[in-house]
Amino acid sequence: MIIANNINKQFGKLKALDNVSVTCNKGECIALIGPNGSGKTTFIKCILGMAVSDSGFITFNGKNILHNWQYRADIGYMPQIGRYPDNMTIGQVFNMMKDIRNKKNEQLDEELIQKFGLSSLLDKRMRTLSGGTRQKVSASLSFLFNPDVLILDEPTAGLDPVSSEILKAKIIAEKAKGKLILITSHVLSELDDLVTQVIYMQEGKLIFHKNISALRSDTGEEKLSKAIASFMLKNKR
Amino acid sequence: MKKIIKYVVIDILRNKIVVAYTLFLLLISFSIFNLEDNSAKGLLSLLNIILIIVPLVSILFSAIYVYNSAEFLELLVSQPLKRRTIWLSIFSGLAFSLALSFFIGVGIPVMLYEFTATGLIMLLVGLLLSVIFVAIAMLATVKTRDKAKGIGIAILLWLYFSVLFDGMVLFILFQFADYPLEKIMIGISAFNPIDLSRILVLLKMDVSALMGYTGAIFKDFFGTMMGFSIALIVMSSWVFFPAWLSLRKFSRKDL
Repeated sequence: MIIANNINKQFGKLKALDNVSVTCNKGECIALIGPNGSGKTTFIKCILGMAVSDSGFITFNGKNILHNWQYRADIGYMPQIGRYPDNMTIGQVFNMMKDIRNKKNEQLDEELIQKFGLSSLLDKRMRTLSGGTRQKVSASLSFLFNPDVLILDEPTAGLDPVSSEILKAKIIAEKAKGKLILITSHVLSELDDLVTQVIYMQEGKLIFHKNISALRSDTGEEKLSKAIASFMLKNKR
Repeated sequence: MKKIIKYVVIDILRNKIVVAYTLFLLLISFSIFNLEDNSAKGLLSLLNIILIIVPLVSILFSAIYVYNSAEFLELLVSQPLKRRTIWLSIFSGLAFSLALSFFIGVGIPVMLYEFTATGLIMLLVGLLLSVIFVAIAMLATVKTRDKAKGIGIAILLWLYFSVLFDGMVLFILFQFADYPLEKIMIGISAFNPIDLSRILVLLKMDVSALMGYTGAIFKDFFGTMMGFSIALIVMSSWVFFPAWLSLRKFSRKDL
């Protein structure tokens, strides 16, 4: 579904992405893992067209995303730090997004809005919200339009345990519907029951892209966190 | 595109600066027309104030607004929207709001007191100036990531167009006083939309007789339909080129 081919991206002297090639297919749930500053968010931004890669190309459903914008209708994106116009209320943000995106009157998925209890906060201004509530708004927005692809950048950071369980259940349910889900997270333990594949990045390079069962058998560890840790240790030596 | 313009305009109206600007213009216009017994003279005083205030408010407000909408831009860019649509909507929203406040703040008094060709040209020129400085501000903001730097550049640009440019022109005129520069001055005036506006309005007034030989040359050129149209085309390109350059830059910007 998404094919990235030899993506390079440089910010000044820093090489944020170094020849990254990835293929993602429908029905997969992929974890993007790597230390801080390894280029995960930059890679996601390249897929979304928010950052333009210096060389290489990305195709979405076989179409090059350069100079293309319609493909973003099939993506739900939850940013790492959700930033919204300060003066708007939650309800206005939702209405605006519905207004902008919903052209065919497709079915909206308001499950998360209900479950997070956002419906009672609709007239709160965005600037008064706590980080966690902002995350809830971002999460609800990314699932709202039933997109085929979900890109979640640190989805559970800042969420309380109850909300993060709600979100995880939602992710699993969407995965079962055959959607492609890309998650970055530093909390590896919560990825265990979610992901089917793991992409590991370091210093802008793609170190490996493996099936989770292959990773488990390679490292002999059952838990993802331990498997990654043992891989990192092995790499260091 | 209409939807985003709608949200931008609502957002601008909600932040009450534009309303205050409209009231301020209304207050100034009415008081000037009431102070002067001759409304043609009032128009001249109003022109001088407008040529300072309109560019300043347009460029500063737009620059600050674009920086404050960074979140909004980021949110929109990740949605199925063309970047061109997003940027042009912000531009249109700003230009529309500022032009509307100018039209209400200055247009209504001018139509009440001085509904003449001169008054209407001043209105037209003021509307164009509002849009021109929105375009210049958008170019300045898209080129600089840093907010303080970008707003600083906007202020310097305003200073350049309203003060420094005239100083430079005067300097050249005095240095080369022995040469016939009158025709060249017509060309030079094209490089500053504020000067061009001033010339266009002044030439319609009787005071142009006081401007000496250069004034006569200007009248010869800008007084004709041809010259007037050329001036308007130049003014429009002051909208078009900054807007186009900023659009090109924004389409490739990393957010």
